[in-house]
Amino acid sequence: VAATGQADAGVGLVTLCDAADVTPDMPLRVVVADAAYAVFNLDGQFYATQDQCTHGPGSLAEGFLVGAEIECPFHQGRFDIRTGRATAAPCTQALRIWTVHAIEGRLCIDPAEFRAEEL
Amino acid sequence: VSPQGAVVIVGSGQSGGRAAEALRQGGHNGRITLIGDESHAPYERPALSKEFLSSAAVEKLAWVRPHAWYSEVAITTLHGRRAVGIDRARHVVELDLGTPVEYRTLILTTGARPRQLTVEGADHPLVSYLRTIEDSQELQRRLSPGARIVVIGAGFIGMEVAATAVSRGCAVTVLELAELPMARVIPRQLGDFYADFHRRKGVDLRLATAVSRITDEQGRALVHTDGGAPILADAVVVGIGVIPNVELAQGAGLDTDNGIVVDEYGRTCDPHIYAAGDVTSHFNSLLGRRVRLESWQNAQNQAIAVARNILGAGIPYAEVPWFWSDQYELNLQIAGIPRADDEIVGRGVPGGNGPVLCFHLREGRLVAAIGINSARDVRFGKEIIAMGGSPTATELSDPAVTLASLYAAAKRSAKAA
Repeated sequence: VAATGQADAGVGLVTLCDAADVTPDMPLRVVVADAAYAVFNLDGQFYATQDQCTHGPGSLAEGFLVGAEIECPFHQGRFDIRTGRATAAPCTQALRIWTVHAIEGRLCIDPAEFRAEEL
Repeated sequence: VSPQGAVVIVGSGQSGGRAAEALRQGGHNGRITLIGDESHAPYERPALSKEFLSSAAVEKLAWVRPHAWYSEVAITTLHGRRAVGIDRARHVVELDLGTPVEYRTLILTTGARPRQLTVEGADHPLVSYLRTIEDSQELQRRLSPGARIVVIGAGFIGMEVAATAVSRGCAVTVLELAELPMARVIPRQLGDFYADFHRRKGVDLRLATAVSRITDEQGRALVHTDGGAPILADAVVVGIGVIPNVELAQGAGLDTDNGIVVDEYGRTCDPHIYAAGDVTSHFNSLLGRRVRLESWQNAQNQAIAVARNILGAGIPYAEVPWFWSDQYELNLQIAGIPRADDEIVGRGVPGGNGPVLCFHLREGRLVAAIGINSARDVRFGKEIIAMGGSPTATELSDPAVTLASLYAAAKRSAKAA
């Protein structure tokens, strides 16, 4: 499942998708201005990370959520979606993450405001 | 075992590297020595038949850790060195050169080597195997456009090499004894699909064909078969399986049986000696039997499990085996250990637009999920297999029933039980 976001949610913020589009078992890949994001629903709390794994070409939105960890479909390495931190081999480098703002049922981020933890 | 005793790891492939890494990350602050006969730091081998073979670009290689990392964390690497014996009474590993290395705990990650072709002429200089960076580099130099390449064996390595070579403009012939490619693992319907796919890409795939001998023809190889005219080749690549490197363990009197025998903690019959990776015949409690796996997943994760158990974790290693093979734009993934006598249920049409999967049911339980470009569905399948879930053939064959929903159902019934 892929979607294209729109830069219409106010200064700095862009809409990724509707909150209803992301279920706990099915993360969503969203492309905004050539950047691909993976959007997650963890028991009603939403998180956004870069979609591409830091180890290889895997799309994390195609991955499998184990608790708060997303497992990459390519090599089954893992990241904590709340912090971006790599939690299982072969991944070592953290993901970029964005704070998700749920505004009137829509999930928004500020693309310029990302965090990436050091190892 | 004291966590601070010296650990020696023999075998510096992916498993050896991951074991060393997990020991340090797990808090082991004693000496760690990594011994291997290759001249490189530990690396992952999958790219050797694919991205690296295609380009010989070093950035296509995945190193377990950058070379400099080992010295930064005080891991002694003895690359290009061979362990020739284990003196279990004195707790030392003897090397081909230099002083023996003392261990408190020893991990054997000696891997496997390609099975050698035994027909007459198999020692022709253009016959090669694929296991190391150097093997891949040497073959890459021979894969020039128009070159005639003969691949012996239509297993995963053979078919990946065929895909890479034909994509580089080589004229590729694949010779296989069985009636379908990759027939040891994938079911007939997927084997047929892969055979057609390779042929449409230009591979001359000759099934049910035996190689009888190889002769020299003016500096090129001439491959004779039991059917049809002999085939002229600028390179002959043999991919007919691997043999576990058990000799060191055998020489030390450890139990071996198609691999070094270890329990679910990775222990051999000597409490100071563990083993991990391709070389082990290990007990898997999910499968209820011993298995030897030749896979990226097992090389990495069994090594990590062994390291943690050496540090006292006491956690059995039991995962659903998982494997992938990339050929052209097709990503094949396999979870579980499929058997030909399972009930096999298909979903989707190979070559069509939707996802393509085959599920294996044994006594009503899902035991294997095989998918083409369907990584997430295979992943859900892997989880259902681990839980001992029993989705019905009707559900599995219906593309309208998502694997996510079958996974959710399996979770619910596991909770209720």
